[in-house]
Amino acid sequence: MRQTIVEKIFSAHSGKRARSGDIIIANVDYCFGQDGTSALIIDSFRKMGVERVFDRDRFSMVIDHSAPSPNIGVSAIHDKMRGFSREHGVKLFDIGCGVCHQLIPESGHVTCGDLVIGADSHTCTYGALNAFASGVGSTDLAITLASGKNWFRVPDTIRININGRLPKGTYSKDAILHIIGDLGAAGATYKAAEIYGDIIDNISMDARFTVSNMVVEMGAKCGIMAADKKTLAWAKKHSVNEPKPVEADADARYSEIREYDFSELSPQVAMPHTVDNVCNIEEVEGTHIDEVYIGTCTNGRLEDLEIAARILKGKNVAPEVKLIITPASKTVFLDAIKKGYIDVFIDAGAVVNNPGCGPCVGTHQGVLADGENAFSTANRNFKGRMGNPNGNIYLGSPATAAATAIAGVIADPREYKKRL
Amino acid sequence: MPFVHRLKVSDDINTDYIISGRYKFKIQDEKELAKHIFEDLEEDFHKKIKPGDFLAAGNNFGCGSSREQAPIALRASGLKAVLAKSFARIFYRNAFNVGLCLIECETRFIDDLDELELDMENNLVKNITKGLNIDIKPVPRIMAEFLKSGGVVEYFKGKKGFNAIV
Repeated sequence: MRQTIVEKIFSAHSGKRARSGDIIIANVDYCFGQDGTSALIIDSFRKMGVERVFDRDRFSMVIDHSAPSPNIGVSAIHDKMRGFSREHGVKLFDIGCGVCHQLIPESGHVTCGDLVIGADSHTCTYGALNAFASGVGSTDLAITLASGKNWFRVPDTIRININGRLPKGTYSKDAILHIIGDLGAAGATYKAAEIYGDIIDNISMDARFTVSNMVVEMGAKCGIMAADKKTLAWAKKHSVNEPKPVEADADARYSEIREYDFSELSPQVAMPHTVDNVCNIEEVEGTHIDEVYIGTCTNGRLEDLEIAARILKGKNVAPEVKLIITPASKTVFLDAIKKGYIDVFIDAGAVVNNPGCGPCVGTHQGVLADGENAFSTANRNFKGRMGNPNGNIYLGSPATAAATAIAGVIADPREYKKRL
Repeated sequence: MPFVHRLKVSDDINTDYIISGRYKFKIQDEKELAKHIFEDLEEDFHKKIKPGDFLAAGNNFGCGSSREQAPIALRASGLKAVLAKSFARIFYRNAFNVGLCLIECETRFIDDLDELELDMENNLVKNITKGLNIDIKPVPRIMAEFLKSGGVVEYFKGKKGFNAIV
């Protein structure tokens, strides 16, 4: 039948055989907004004059981007979201619950074969769960909130095979940064990515989410993986609905096939001010750093905190370096407390924030000063992203971030070989 | 006559640059929001724009976050359309959804302050200053419908849902 995963998911959700290039109307399994997008969702929804949301169990709002509120304007947005939640009986994840892209899968709202849209560009994260998941704007989300549907152009698919074995000290973050550096910020625009290979097979679900999370940084609509035993075990533990795994046909039509072998990969760093400005760590080692941020929907999960804690255990953050750590969700936070990681962080001199987006979006909890350099585990390093256009942001893995916090300069985590 | 404006950067102009996260959370008045467009790249850029003017850029305009404040602020600044070699997909949908026209075309021969005329019926942009006609990629039918209605919300209301689209 020559269909890709995305073509099959769109066929199942539109009742028509979907091929790349088709414009279809599809049923949406789940949708959500966050505090940067929900005010406009609510406005657009009200303008449509629809009285009820299509299904109150298939929509939620998450207060994560600026939480707790840093100013009056944001407080008003949060208040509006709480009001809408009460009025329509829809779920609200309030301050402290965590980042939407950890909460939505963790609370079971997405499973294999689903079609999910979110008013946040990193909704592509759930591709790791074998779901079509993509970011949209507020008005698009409101249309779905009113109708349960939306229109889509079925995308072409690029197949990306990542083989080999990641060397010690390198992680799925390094792999996806390398791919984005190679393909460029527009390398997959309008396209879906299907991601396979030994490396995907061998990494945890936490690490897979990191890969799917970042595909939008090369323009992709989604970054979808096949379902294997790990995916199904994860779905069994979390998902409310029965998983419906979807495989691509053996002769599926891809617009392009990319092959990578990462057996010799060095830790990767994205330099200011674009995510595709990627280099080997050797090129930037020794660069002065003022602030280190470990967290976000890319790298704020338990495995990320574990790696950071192993490196930071018994060490001190370099003088005058601010190390900020934000667990991705309340569950991750509690697990990290039980495992002793939070003790390690605080002993080392870190500040641990409440779960949420932390300083990633530049509205609070660690805004840079003029001329400051930050090293972050987030997914974006655009000028001004962390609140100051005169600051510089480097991106890398939690291991590189932890090593950097100790050294006060960009440092190679492979120095801590015995701890990894 | 309407003029075109160009930023010093051409490719990969992201939505953080169009409107910084600092403002999207703070300001809910779109005219106020429009005063901060491209602020991190060039101060007071909005002051150059007269109603009906154009913006031109290179590849991948609007990449990054899904914030709809980006096309809303551009529309509120008075721009008639943004011309670029290509657009990022979330921004592309958002723009037409809120009634901002995007034109995909070769922009190499469009310089800052050239006089332009947009002829959508014939799929052309006329560069009056240079005496050039530039072909544009036709706006997809569905997007053209949204524009005509003033955005997808109005379209949706008018058609009582989605079934008339495809």
